[in-house]
Amino acid sequence: MMEKMIFGRYVPAQSIIHRMDPRSKLILIFLFVCVVFIANNVYTYAALIIYTFAMILLSKVPVRFIIAGLKPVFLLVIFTLILHLFLTREGAIIFELGPITIYEEGLRQGIFISLRFFLLILMTSILTLTTTPIEITDGLETLLGPLKKVKFPVHELALMMSISLRFIPTLMGETDKIMKAQTARGVDFSGGPIKERVKAVIPLLIPLFVSSFKRAEELATAMEARGYRGGEGRTKYRQLSWRITDTMMLLLLAALSVILILLRT
Amino acid sequence: MNELVRLQDISFQYDEEADYALKGVSFSIYEGEWLAIVGHNGSGKSTLAKLLNGLQYAQEGTISVDGMLLSEDTVWEVRKKIGMVFQNPDNQFVGTTVQDDVAFGLENHGVAREEMVDRVRHSLEKVKMDQFLDQEPHHLSGGQKQRVAIAGVIALRPNLIILDEATSMLDPRGREEVLDTVRELKQDHQMTVISITHDLEEAAKADRIIVMNKGKLYREGSPAEIFQMDEELVQLGLDIPFPVKMSKLFKEKGIPLTKYHLTEEELVNELWTSHSKM
Ligand SMILES: Nc1ncnc2c1ncn2[C@@H]1O[C@H](COP(=O)(O)OP(=O)(O)OP(=O)(O)O)[C@@H](O)[C@H]1O
Ligand SMILES: [Mg+2]
Repeated sequence: MMEKMIFGRYVPAQSIIHRMDPRSKLILIFLFVCVVFIANNVYTYAALIIYTFAMILLSKVPVRFIIAGLKPVFLLVIFTLILHLFLTREGAIIFELGPITIYEEGLRQGIFISLRFFLLILMTSILTLTTTPIEITDGLETLLGPLKKVKFPVHELALMMSISLRFIPTLMGETDKIMKAQTARGVDFSGGPIKERVKAVIPLLIPLFVSSFKRAEELATAMEARGYRGGEGRTKYRQLSWRITDTMMLLLLAALSVILILLRT
Repeated sequence: MNELVRLQDISFQYDEEADYALKGVSFSIYEGEWLAIVGHNGSGKSTLAKLLNGLQYAQEGTISVDGMLLSEDTVWEVRKKIGMVFQNPDNQFVGTTVQDDVAFGLENHGVAREEMVDRVRHSLEKVKMDQFLDQEPHHLSGGQKQRVAIAGVIALRPNLIILDEATSMLDPRGREEVLDTVRELKQDHQMTVISITHDLEEAAKADRIIVMNKGKLYREGSPAEIFQMDEELVQLGLDIPFPVKMSKLFKEKGIPLTKYHLTEEELVNELWTSHSKM
């Protein structure tokens, strides 16, 4: 179940977006976050919506995966909408019932801001749905590469991330095994009051910690035996390749921002 | 035969341990041989392997590999020449996929990318795992993971492979797969193999056996010589292989066999070709 939470995100498919360089995807998302703030009227938001939906179509990710990704933040979007609806007191009154008054500006602001939120989440979902975690790691490692000059441990962080990714399924399997072993000894993980359940987690966590430390030690020895001595002088096997589509995608976003700037009021 | 590795009067003690893990160990390893190291738990076998690869440094004595004296300056060169495969298949798999894992050692040694691609393919073909390039480790069996580990080692083209109980966590089939792979590699590339093992049946197939006891080299010899020791081996905490045990029982019953047989096949052959004299 937890495996799905972490790995179920990536949806393999053959699409332009899937084939994009993770670097350009990361840059694209970062810029999109800025571009979204240019929009301030109906036309500009319409342009943003068209762009986002075009990206979804290009990614060929089935809509149900995107909706599944939106579920956890849906409440937040609604909450933002309601907050703006009731708290903004500008413009003409469009609705009045007892103590509740809704102003035109409140409705406008509410819709725009939740829409902004919604679009940002859609775009980041497209990133995580079309890029494997290891690709994201590689992309981040190269993009953050210049930070090495100021002694920021980019290589180490990337290695940590990739080793975590590699060991998550292993540790999940182990958790499962320990859980079964402890259930056989009479530990009840399924029910009871919160206090009991927290207590039940202890006989799960302790063996898990012990074995993880043992794994870490053995892994370090194995890595050293295979000649690992830090990032210096290391070559890379995984290769990122920037294609024309990557440049095109970034140009498309540039075009979008020009349009937004022209349309905004 | 050329000497590949020489250990001279090696003594080693872990920090804060009262006893020596190794005490005055000297022996040589020759090019192209299959050397089995056996001994009870805690007899110092793994420690020995770690010293050979410079993962620990001996307090006394010297180790030379291919004419180079092992020290902190030469350790990276030595690690290129000596590859190690460890016991737990999971805890030595570094990459997120099979090909990434094989490439890990090459990346560490700064091999150029084009050559890496070549060597990764080639090594995986050698261990018959080239169908699994993009497979993730949790979808592989233990034996498959160990074969990937071996591919990672041979990609660096070492002269010597050390298997530290590399098959002890595998089922019989996985064990045979891995050992067959190593045997083939040894033949094709004139590699030298050190196999640390508790499985005396496997050791019986080696060219030479070293028996360790309490941190000391107890005996060194051909499998036939070692299994002559018989009860002595049991006292050292080792189990005699089944064919040797059988041969002995036959002798006790007064059935004359030409020698103690080390493999089942040999034993069966002698039995069915001998004329009954009873
Ligand atoms: N990291 C360590 N720190 C301290 N002592 C250690 C360490 N590793 C091993 N020892 C000790 O050194 C001695 C030799 O251990 P070693 O692991 O070499 O034995 P081994 O022959 O490989 O045993 P096994 O058959 O169980 O693998 C043992 O007494 C052990 O307790
Ligand atoms: Mg050991």
